[in-house]
Amino acid sequence: MFYRENGQLKTSYEADQQIFPIAQDRWAIVGLVAFAIVGVPLLADEYTFSAILIPFLILSLAALGVNILVGYCGQISMGSGAFMAVGAYAAYNTLVRVDGMPLLLALLSGGFFATVVGMFFGIPSLRVKGLYLAVATLAAQFLSDWAFLRIPWFTNYSTSGSVMVSELQMFGWRIDTAVEKYLFCLGFLIVFAVLAKNLVRSAIGREWMAVRDMDVAAAVIGIRITYAKLSAFAVSSFIIGVAGALWGFVHLGAWEPAAFGLDRSFQLLFIVIIGGMGSIMGSFFGAAFIVVLPIALSQALPALGSLAGIAVSTAAVSHAEFMIFGALIVWFLIVEPHGLARLWSTGKQKLRLWPFPH
Amino acid sequence: MSGVLYSLVALGFVLILKTSGVFNFAQGAMVLFAALAMARVAEWLPQWLGFESLLLANIVAFAIAGAIMCVVAWLVERLVLRHLVNQSDATLLMATLGIAYFLDGLGQTAFGSGIYSIDVGMPKDPIFVLESVFPGGILLNKEDLIATVIASALVGLLTLFFMKTSTGRALRAVADDHQAAQSIGIPLNRIWVIVWCVAGVVALVAGVIWGSKLGVQFSLSTVALRALPVIILGGLTSIPGAIVGGLIIGVGEKLSELYLGPMIGGGIEIWFAYVLALVFLLFRPQGLFGEKIIDRV
Repeated sequence: MFYRENGQLKTSYEADQQIFPIAQDRWAIVGLVAFAIVGVPLLADEYTFSAILIPFLILSLAALGVNILVGYCGQISMGSGAFMAVGAYAAYNTLVRVDGMPLLLALLSGGFFATVVGMFFGIPSLRVKGLYLAVATLAAQFLSDWAFLRIPWFTNYSTSGSVMVSELQMFGWRIDTAVEKYLFCLGFLIVFAVLAKNLVRSAIGREWMAVRDMDVAAAVIGIRITYAKLSAFAVSSFIIGVAGALWGFVHLGAWEPAAFGLDRSFQLLFIVIIGGMGSIMGSFFGAAFIVVLPIALSQALPALGSLAGIAVSTAAVSHAEFMIFGALIVWFLIVEPHGLARLWSTGKQKLRLWPFPH
Repeated sequence: MSGVLYSLVALGFVLILKTSGVFNFAQGAMVLFAALAMARVAEWLPQWLGFESLLLANIVAFAIAGAIMCVVAWLVERLVLRHLVNQSDATLLMATLGIAYFLDGLGQTAFGSGIYSIDVGMPKDPIFVLESVFPGGILLNKEDLIATVIASALVGLLTLFFMKTSTGRALRAVADDHQAAQSIGIPLNRIWVIVWCVAGVVALVAGVIWGSKLGVQFSLSTVALRALPVIILGGLTSIPGAIVGGLIIGVGEKLSELYLGPMIGGGIEIWFAYVLALVFLLFRPQGLFGEKIIDRV
């Protein structure tokens, strides 16, 4: 009863082509965004912002990028952490080296350099695919780990090997409280989510999906494989690069190469898998899941342990986290290989027919 | 001669990939898990049973660790793979990542997360060979020599197994096409258990050799990441490829560190193998010994 689309007639092409053709969806999304902008800052406290909401926003953004590459174009990449690192360090360097560089431009330049690097590492995708490519992209990861650790130029000759950004400022707006940081990231996320959604609906998005589903067939029907693959790498690494810059600038403030290590790449891949490959919505679900799960576990496990009369040490918690994490991933893949996004759409489908089962 | 060890780890990868089409990211975790089990059981056994012999403890521990790996294999099949038949490669890859996380956690919970040693009584003193050919000869570690012998024996056995036994043929059929293999009556589940068992034992051997050289600790699981370029170089599904690739990478790493390292800042061992594999892939996408990839619509 909640979800009837009959009676919603489309009388123009514009109306037919909008992102959310059903009125209920549209209003739900508008409401959600409004709540995120106005409601959340009123409700959440400092800890929630810095431990959950900001990482969630930035990881969602990065997951959008990964999803374009892995979910839409089918190029499995394990180097996403590297592209985040490139984004962060490039943004840092432009900010430090260019006088009077505005913050926004610095962040975008992070994205730009990530694009360049991403396209470079996308070149192997023209010749290899699938598992070979997954391993080949690991090269990006290891190279970036090494480069940002060993080449002092990237860290502006910092002695400790870590870099620091202080005083985020944009158009005279100083971003220092958690709420401001949150809104800043939210702004980026909204803009990029809308762009990404429209991109995957457009001709180039169709080309990516054709390449993902079967690249030989796509080539036969006249899709330029080179163009499609490289553009997917470019768009994806741009978004990931901006996310990396945000992660360094806004979330961490000061960081070392380890912040963008292999684990980060895997984490992003998990987000995409758990959230749903080839779904913009899924990136958000996955990121929320990945951010909240470890926090929930680290809270719940000692509590459970004390209930059972066992003192749970921190080491045991971290090991148990590993185990539960691994088990959950496997469980998810078995129960819902299309991720949380599919559960979401199933739910919507059910609501459409509610209260009738068929 | 870390190349031999890379080969051994790579062998585990190739085995599973070749026979079940699963790119097993958990191989590193399996090496760690097996080595941990071996190290700890060998340490505990004399206390439990009250005997002194190190040799006996090692043999029993090896058997127990092998049995544990088989149980792990059975559980993996039962709980994971059985439910993922005919899923895409990416899904299976992710599943093995999940398994890797799980094994990492389980191993350290069950066996502790410190640094342990495996003492299988391998001779450690280096010897010189070919002294008549080169002045000074080549410095060889007996340990490496033994590892090489074990690796080649293992490869020989596995090759025979794949080529000559009906199980081996069934394994190769499964690798080609799960569905087709199933439809001609090959018991997919049993095959998978066998493959993972074998991969588990290979992981155990690699873990024991590596562990007796450098000690067993968490970093062992990252060895698998170093072994990935090896199989890329060798061609994903080729057992000789894994061996040759391992040797090339092992030697290449050391040489590059020696000659290139000082020029660009050292520590390049980490990525050298990957870049080598990457550059190689651009010229020969299927690797050294890989099968020619034919695409059909």
